[in-house]
Amino acid sequence: MIRRFLSDIGNYFILMGKVFSRPEKRRIYYRRTMAEMDAIGLGSIIITAIISLFMGAVVALQMSINLEAGFIPRSLIGYATRETMILEFSSTVVALILAGKVGSSIASEIGTMRITEQIDALELMGVNSASYLILPKIAAAVVFFPFLCILSILVGTVGGYLICVFTGTILPGDFITGLHLDFKPWSIVYALIKTAVFAFIITSVSSFFGYYARGNSLEVARSSTQAVVASSITILIFNLILTQWLLI
Amino acid sequence: MIRGEHIIKRFEGRTVLDDISVEFDQGKTNLIIGRSGSGKTVLMKCLVGLVPLDGGDIWYGTTCFSRLDFRQIKAIRQEMGMIFQGGALLDSSTVEENVRLPLDLFTDQSEEAKRERVDFCLRRVALGDVNRLYPSELSGGMIKRVAIARAIVMNPKYLFCDEPNSGLDPITSGVIDQLIHEITVEYGITTIINTHDMNSVLEIGEKVVFLHEGHKWWEGTSAEIMHSDNAELNDFVFASAMAKRTKVGR
Repeated sequence: MIRRFLSDIGNYFILMGKVFSRPEKRRIYYRRTMAEMDAIGLGSIIITAIISLFMGAVVALQMSINLEAGFIPRSLIGYATRETMILEFSSTVVALILAGKVGSSIASEIGTMRITEQIDALELMGVNSASYLILPKIAAAVVFFPFLCILSILVGTVGGYLICVFTGTILPGDFITGLHLDFKPWSIVYALIKTAVFAFIITSVSSFFGYYARGNSLEVARSSTQAVVASSITILIFNLILTQWLLI
Repeated sequence: MIRGEHIIKRFEGRTVLDDISVEFDQGKTNLIIGRSGSGKTVLMKCLVGLVPLDGGDIWYGTTCFSRLDFRQIKAIRQEMGMIFQGGALLDSSTVEENVRLPLDLFTDQSEEAKRERVDFCLRRVALGDVNRLYPSELSGGMIKRVAIARAIVMNPKYLFCDEPNSGLDPITSGVIDQLIHEITVEYGITTIINTHDMNSVLEIGEKVVFLHEGHKWWEGTSAEIMHSDNAELNDFVFASAMAKRTKVGR
């Protein structure tokens, strides 16, 4: 098992070497990157917005329940909601959700291309199939996912605000005061850096599992599951490393 | 001309190709025949470099293909076209995008020139008005024709076809066979076809190599095949009703 794990790591880096070798025609890669942004970026906006809206609302509600003591200012609910969304939810939790949505889609797409010989066909044309198929996905995700992170922060905060307005747990003014409290712009930079790293992990790890899929549709399904599990675990490990490195 | 010398390929200790030496002539339709599992597809994939060899060498003309580095292989591959068993068209691209992909990546032709070349290749395989369709909207025969159009778009010197008429009805199979043969003669291409269809052997085969359990068992012309006294070859050949009739007719 350890040997298999080490072999996978080695193959992953060999694949990345092929992915980042010089592209055949930059214009074609640019066009493909735009198409991937549409598929994996724009296609993830709605799910990100819905989840963020509800999570922002739930975080605000839980904070209001847990901060009921009279001496704690109610504005802290807004503060806590903002910090939760920026520091953890909009980067890490959204990345885990996208690992499921985008990661499984990438692994099954590339895996199907492998077993139906489409990748062999590209290689036969003299195309660097790893670079042609994977680089645009990585570029699209690394560029686009930070926008999803910003969207998630905004929508989550709006969700928290709306729940306060509708349930009357705190005054909207207090919530907004909390949002302005002790704001550190570095937190946003930290969230964006994390999101870009997670975007790379999701697309590269999922592509790796799809690219080395063998056999039939069952194997593709298995690769897809492995891609989501491996991406999620890698994201959690890197979340720890990046937090230690950037925040502490 | 393509030449394989003492080709050996093993998968997990099992020898799939055992010391195969073979030569395929330029401007001819060369056929590799054999039962399912005899090693035809592996041999073809070894010839094009998709499967690495465990022994032996492959020569394209005077170049030893099996000893080239990645960049040199890439250069030779731009002179190859291949038709895969299932067509292997890119699902997310239209017919036009599939056929023009090599032009987009490896030439500096104008948009107009590329469009003309794509239209020419599609007309050559008797396909019209399919440019904007996706592979999922095509029939099996049309997919094979698009695959042929994509294979010839760069004017290849070598054409490889892995069971090009599998899954097709006999009439469409005949049309595809004829098309490949015409293209071979027209452009002087070295064509290698994997097949277990005796109709193809009798109609378009010029040089035939018979594989049996990973060994080269027989080679000759399609005319000689009917008179061979090789038992395994005869079992294979005369399992086909058409070949039986042909033999009786003679």
